[in-house]
Amino acid sequence: MRVMAQVSMIMALDKCLGCHTCSVTCKQAWTNRAGTEYVWFNNVETRPGLGYPKRYEDQEQWKGGWTLNKRGRLELKAGNRFKKLFTIFASPIQPQMSDYYEPWTYDYQNLINAPLGDDFPVAKPKSLITGEDTAIDWSANWDDDLGGTFETGDQDPIVQKIRRESEEKIKFEFEKTFMFYLPRICEHCLNPSCMASCPSGAIYKRSEDGIVLVDQDRCRGWRQCITGCPYKKIYFNHKSGKAEKCTFCYPRIEHGIPTVCAETCVGRMRYIGIFLYDADRVSEAASVADEKELYQAQLDIMLDPFDPEVLREAKKQGIPQSWLEAAQKSPVYKLAKEWKIALPLHPEYRTMPMVWYVPPLSPIIDLLKEQGHDAESKDNLFGAIDSLRIPVEYLAELFTAGDTTVVVNVLKKLAAMRAYMRDITLGGVGKEEIAQAVGMTGEQIYEMYRLMAISKYSERYVVPKAHMEDAHNLEEIGCSLDTDGGPGMLYDDAFSGTGERPTPISTGSYANTARADGKVNIFAWDGKTRPDAMFPDTKGSTRV
Amino acid sequence: MSILDIFLWGVLPYVVVVILVGGTIWRYKYDQFGWTTRSSQFYESKLLKFASPLFHYGMLGVFGGHVVGLMIPQSWTEAVGITEDMYHIGGALIMGIPFGLVTLLGLIVMVFRRRTNKSVFAATTVNDKIMYVLLMATIAFGMAVTVISAFQGPHGHNYRADISPWFRSLFIFQPEVSLMHDVPLEFKIHIISAFVLFILWPFTRLVHAFTAPFHYLFRPYIVYRSRGGEKPGGRRGWDPVGTSDRESLLK
Repeated sequence: MRVMAQVSMIMALDKCLGCHTCSVTCKQAWTNRAGTEYVWFNNVETRPGLGYPKRYEDQEQWKGGWTLNKRGRLELKAGNRFKKLFTIFASPIQPQMSDYYEPWTYDYQNLINAPLGDDFPVAKPKSLITGEDTAIDWSANWDDDLGGTFETGDQDPIVQKIRRESEEKIKFEFEKTFMFYLPRICEHCLNPSCMASCPSGAIYKRSEDGIVLVDQDRCRGWRQCITGCPYKKIYFNHKSGKAEKCTFCYPRIEHGIPTVCAETCVGRMRYIGIFLYDADRVSEAASVADEKELYQAQLDIMLDPFDPEVLREAKKQGIPQSWLEAAQKSPVYKLAKEWKIALPLHPEYRTMPMVWYVPPLSPIIDLLKEQGHDAESKDNLFGAIDSLRIPVEYLAELFTAGDTTVVVNVLKKLAAMRAYMRDITLGGVGKEEIAQAVGMTGEQIYEMYRLMAISKYSERYVVPKAHMEDAHNLEEIGCSLDTDGGPGMLYDDAFSGTGERPTPISTGSYANTARADGKVNIFAWDGKTRPDAMFPDTKGSTRV
Repeated sequence: MSILDIFLWGVLPYVVVVILVGGTIWRYKYDQFGWTTRSSQFYESKLLKFASPLFHYGMLGVFGGHVVGLMIPQSWTEAVGITEDMYHIGGALIMGIPFGLVTLLGLIVMVFRRRTNKSVFAATTVNDKIMYVLLMATIAFGMAVTVISAFQGPHGHNYRADISPWFRSLFIFQPEVSLMHDVPLEFKIHIISAFVLFILWPFTRLVHAFTAPFHYLFRPYIVYRSRGGEKPGGRRGWDPVGTSDRESLLK
């Protein structure tokens, strides 16, 4: 047993309102540069829909992830090492700009400069690649809220698969359709196929927290990682010629604060915590023959943070005490392993993804409501989950390689939680039999409700700080005086009076983040003080 | 033996080596972030998909031909019973011409693509353009030399009698400049063009050839690295927000 820690995220899809705040704040923080215009480390897809890039889930086309070879061993779906090297001169399977979209801006100048005339001047769209006029025909969110799904919905790989397998039709007629949102970031997999595809060895998994990063200095732009990632969450910066990906906001995580997407999530649908897992058994779990057993195999290598043997082994591996305590309080462990209501996205890719999802019950509830049923009653809900095969099958293709029983069990737990809590809210007592019907206790249901519905910041995000003994090695952490008890801690007072935040952040104020070179650590800037270094005096210009 | 001869065949080769090796080391040390293939497949793939492998595989063959032709003395091949005629026809023509043509064809298509596809052309720097001119010139003259020799048949110029010994003499720091005096002009142009290309090499995207990822065959699939393991330093870093190209595109 080799115990390792993994920072992980869970998204409760019922709570996603599809506002795209996560995408926008992420973009502002990470990919607002030339070369990354089309890059969305975080994007929110409407399902059913094509996703971003188009149809990325069709691995017969894109060859992402792993497959089992004849001897039952893991092999990259795009081919073995020799094949990859022999085809390196023109990557054979590579999404094109047209599979994402051609980034554009508008010629706003024309609104002001156009000569006087009878017609209103317009701001024509201009390509950010060629600078010429362009027609906008796709974007990262073209089919948002089922926009255009009547035309393109048939191309959703999962819709196609279900239609093939079950004669039954997924209807896009207005009154019969369903939809939900699927926010996606990099999965920070335990068995990442992007990493395995990289000829240069530039992609690595941090041994402390499992975050997967691209070493920008070592990347040579072979782009095999883009083929290798089945989620297409590695992007090509077409200006620098290097691969870029979601960083799990590691500079923030190191300071014990959640990612930008989680921090700004309006629906509070994201949870961040750590898992302890057995690194020795990852390959074994990813090589399970039956795709439908991959979810269980993945769950099995997640270790119990209360098991004394696990704790002993973890300490031996050098995992600090604060991390073990965080693992015991981890919301992701509770959701995924204890209550088993969070599922990995596409386990059949065999990458052991570490961003999990609580599947949405809302399509079913919406339908019951529309039909005039009591959508909170246990019996109505249980019956609807079973009979409403289409959403369940769709969800199963996303989360359990098509095994509907797992998804049904999760949805039943969520339905039971609603029914159980309704009794309490209406002044009664929770009925134990509702909990028992889904194999839980009333107490567990209540705890689940607390975490899912009303948990506070400190319960949703249990992120232990990185240990700073070697802080001077880290570029992002400017001042080594900021560690616990150091003189930098003085400035923590900057947070008193802000109310909401339960835990002070060691470098949470601007004054604290002043770096020796005069630059500003934007990730730890508190947004209150004026970061003078960001407004340098330029020759000849006057300050407004 | 004129001053020009001494400079071109006795001095320039060493200048080229110093700049090629020194420049590469300097770039490797200070510009890891800029060390990339700068692929344009993202913009255009159809032409690239067949032209780029043609060029690269052709280039591997051309490189192999140069190694054999320049490094293995004529006396050695004759000792194993290969006459100059056999070598010329079998090696230089039958192997050399196809590889050369494939390389040239690949390059022509790639340059055509670069010029005609707007997205690719917009991503082409001055550095790229100079590099392409030299690459094209070197390969075209190399091809010309081979084709000319094919028409001349057995009376053609035997470069293994003068250029190859001169090339080998460079390695022992005793350059036999006089050997190069009577070499036909097309050979000389090919060599000089290659010299200039090698001088520019470390400062262009061609450096990607020096980091061909053979170690991929031997490394483990999953790479763990400790957070504090490597010190960042000397990196160029990301460009600031609102880089110039956005504004220049929309002037």
